[in-house]
Amino acid sequence: MAKTVLQEFTKGLWAEVPPYRLVLGLCPALAMTKSVDNGVGMGLAVTFVLVCSNVLISLLRKVIPRNVRIACFIVVVATFVIIVELVMQAYAYTLFEQMGIFIPLIVVNCILLGRAEAFASKNSVIPSIADGFGMGLGFTISLTILAAIREVLGNGTFLNKAVFGPSFEPYAFMVTAPGAFVCLGLMLCIMNLLGKK
Amino acid sequence: MREMLKLFLVVTLFGAISGGLLAGVRAGTKERIEYQQIKFVKGPAVLEILKGCSNDPLATRFKIQDGKEERSFFVGVFDGKPNTVAFESSGKGYGGDIGVVVAVNIDNDQIVGVGVTTHRETPGLGSRAKTDPRFAAQFKGQPVMEPFKVKSDGGKIDALSGATVTSRGVVGGVVASGEIYKRLKFNIAEKMKSIKS
Repeated sequence: MAKTVLQEFTKGLWAEVPPYRLVLGLCPALAMTKSVDNGVGMGLAVTFVLVCSNVLISLLRKVIPRNVRIACFIVVVATFVIIVELVMQAYAYTLFEQMGIFIPLIVVNCILLGRAEAFASKNSVIPSIADGFGMGLGFTISLTILAAIREVLGNGTFLNKAVFGPSFEPYAFMVTAPGAFVCLGLMLCIMNLLGKK
Repeated sequence: MREMLKLFLVVTLFGAISGGLLAGVRAGTKERIEYQQIKFVKGPAVLEILKGCSNDPLATRFKIQDGKEERSFFVGVFDGKPNTVAFESSGKGYGGDIGVVVAVNIDNDQIVGVGVTTHRETPGLGSRAKTDPRFAAQFKGQPVMEPFKVKSDGGKIDALSGATVTSRGVVGGVVASGEIYKRLKFNIAEKMKSIKS
């Protein structure tokens, strides 16, 4: 347990980056990566909820009885998700419309419960914040990369701005659901090759 | 027994605190969310049916308490006079409620325009109620308090082919608007007087 705070933070960025290494949270990773703004929005929403719930669960880890810990974690996570949903509806309505059902679905995202159970409930506040930030940022970056590949190839745009000349024929397969699986598979493959050594 | 009571207490406490917090956030974002919905959901339809007015109908609006409900009214200024008011009601469609906005000229109680805001009708069939201007155009110039019906029910409105239930829904929405207008006519006229052109 001699890991430093910095190590807790950086493990989420590479060694345990959620979608590629832990292979968790795939539902939003597949569904919300049609365009870069969706991917970033999803990533940031998850990061916010992850950090907040990690802090609270870590603070309350001595209060929460073992038998009902999952119920308590879910209540904490769900509360923050609804806060995100309301705030998004108030300040980023178009993004809220696009993300639709996937915002409330953050509640059942395995990353959140996973970090609460595996980390925050066993560690003090500072490492938990680092863990939450690291994991959230790793998730955001992963989603952004995946979304960038899909949006550029499948739509010929990046953040809704055309990147190729008008002669570019979008490879529409990439923005469909099967395209998402193929992309994710390729990313996993690249990550495994890089991590092999 | 004591142990059970503690579990019960902790979970109840978590739920209660979360509920209280969310009620606070909801109250704090309510105004803003309402504004966003007006801008992105009702807005386009209201602007479409009040086309040609010289003001911004989304900014010129007032509310009237109608029984338990509070209704929003958007004012259109034509020929330098604020004489048109648009408001939303709903009718029962094929896939759920259809949101219908109706604009009425308060001088002669005639319909200026009808538009569909939110719906869950079949794409390509019922969805034409929103996209096909010819359907909504049938209401133009008709007296608002008339009990409209589609032709197959003995009325004079041509239903969209393949979407009779949707057409009935929209017609129902317009009829409901007529009733609202009848009920609130006096209040509307009062409020309109205070609006500067």
